[in-house]
Amino acid sequence: MADATAPFLRIEGVSKTFGTFQAVRDVSLTITKGEIFALLGGSGCGKTTLLRMLAGFEEPTKGRIFLDGQDMTGVPPWERPVHMMFQSYALFPHMTVEKNVGYGLKHERMTAAQRADRVRDMLDLVQLSAFAQRKPHQISGGQRQRVALARALARQPKLLLLDEPLAALDKKLREQTQFELMSIQERTGVTFIVVTHDQEEAMTLADRIAVMDRGQVQQIGPPAEVYEHPATRFVANFLGSITQFTATVTATNGKETRLHVPAFGSEVIAGTLPNLVPGETLTLGLRPEKITLLRDRPDGPNVIAGEVKDLAYFGKDSLYRITLPGGDLLSVHAVNARRGGDSRPDWNDQVWLSFAPEAAILLRD
Amino acid sequence: MKRRPWFLFSVLCFGFAFFYVPILSMIVYSFNESRLATVWGGFSTKWYVSLLSNRQVGAALLLSVQIALISATIATILGTMAGIALARFTRFRGRVLFTGMVTAPLVMPEVITGISSLMLFILMADWIGWPGQRGFTTITLAHITFSMVFVTTVVQARMIQSDRAIEEAAMDLGSRPWQVMWDITLPTIFPAILSGWLLAFTISLDDVVITSFTTGPGNTTLPLLIWSKVKLGVTPDINALATLTVLVVGLGVVIAGVILNRAERRRILDERLAYRSND
Repeated sequence: MADATAPFLRIEGVSKTFGTFQAVRDVSLTITKGEIFALLGGSGCGKTTLLRMLAGFEEPTKGRIFLDGQDMTGVPPWERPVHMMFQSYALFPHMTVEKNVGYGLKHERMTAAQRADRVRDMLDLVQLSAFAQRKPHQISGGQRQRVALARALARQPKLLLLDEPLAALDKKLREQTQFELMSIQERTGVTFIVVTHDQEEAMTLADRIAVMDRGQVQQIGPPAEVYEHPATRFVANFLGSITQFTATVTATNGKETRLHVPAFGSEVIAGTLPNLVPGETLTLGLRPEKITLLRDRPDGPNVIAGEVKDLAYFGKDSLYRITLPGGDLLSVHAVNARRGGDSRPDWNDQVWLSFAPEAAILLRD
Repeated sequence: MKRRPWFLFSVLCFGFAFFYVPILSMIVYSFNESRLATVWGGFSTKWYVSLLSNRQVGAALLLSVQIALISATIATILGTMAGIALARFTRFRGRVLFTGMVTAPLVMPEVITGISSLMLFILMADWIGWPGQRGFTTITLAHITFSMVFVTTVVQARMIQSDRAIEEAAMDLGSRPWQVMWDITLPTIFPAILSGWLLAFTISLDDVVITSFTTGPGNTTLPLLIWSKVKLGVTPDINALATLTVLVVGLGVVIAGVILNRAERRRILDERLAYRSND
């Protein structure tokens, strides 16, 4: 789809400081045409500042931004082919839905009829044709969000920036809107950059995610890669839940590594990292759903004894907190595939845990 | 417990009496046949007739309204600009000084403002020969300077409340800053500008102190006229004039109340509409 030699959007070593506060530090990334890219991170991680620099509301202190080969430095917001959907939607309260959507078009060279056509198309796209004459305060939150989307898309931007697009919606509406956003993106082919603090939102919407922390990009990759192969402890913690243990390498053959984990009271086998040496200390992380919980001791490697300390029954699955031999707690997710109640471990039951060697996440930092 | 409602009720009555008995007695005495303001001589509307045929009162009213219209309009333009600047440009050279200077007239005693305006006009007449004579222009100028503050305050408060993002959104959609000001900022703060104008208009209309310092011969505004007449003793025609003023103000309040009430009901309907269309 995209020309591999010239990425559609290139952010080169961009930093932004406000006084003494470094909001964004040396961020470099490239985005291809037609992609949904998510900037994911907690509050104050610099994701919104980065977005505002793309929109032109802030100028980078250092670094440059290229859009479609054009240097964006010094280009004011009103001249950028980049539109933004604001978190508060920022609809013009004194204009009807139709006027809101058509506002940007008055800067386009088109006839009144063309303009009206475009507005109608946009309202059709977000299924709001029936509300064209309403004012923003006369429609619901979900409809406002769609007006904001239609308004941002009306001028056919090269790049659409979405600042926490679903944050203001309730849970049910959010799920529905997620899929709507994706289908609209597919139909229009516009490149989307979504800023969010919600990992689920980022994972379902985005083709690729950049996880940010304290102004820096920690990892960039497709959702599955970022989740299954986190590069840092921050990323591992931020996406999904994980229990982390200190481990020492005892032996490695370049494919598998033997590790001593004091918390388990035994040695386990895991995958590997480049250039591991025996004696090296690192972090071993286990996600709750990658662990099997059994009442009888299974065969094979990576078997740990434990006792059920806590359990939460959710219906389709349960979350257990298991006390390990070393006294640490480990979270385990178990799907309640069978209906019988006695197969499920109960409070204070002795249980066995096992995990596949490749399920363990090894982290160096 | 039983006696407290009675106590509260009497306090309430006393409070209302304190406010309204003077006004009511004034209205009653405006229909007094007698020339003496404190002696009831029977019912009559003759003071209203004499008031309506009084050229002096008519001219004073016209002058007051003219000054109020012009000064309120100019004060609104200047005050809106100052309010927007103070709310939007959080950092510029001399901001603290500017804020202080803009809001000083708010706390300055009117006598001081009046005297200083007078001094300025006299000095200017000496140095540049203008204003040669104090009157309409000087009153208007003085009114602009002290009523502008109120507009600034109202507009600034509204600007701080309003969502900055809607201006950014307009800019993002291709509008230059001045266009954003015209398309978005001014329409959204229009209610504040309007109430600022009304405030400035009212303040100018009933000002006595500053006007008396800055006026010249032959330029008597309505408050000045009333003031000078009362100095010679309250006459029933002043009562009649005051009663008419109360009538106009009262009507204004009632009309505003009806409009607000209607707007509120429409807002509630709109909200229900929005709720129902939520799918």
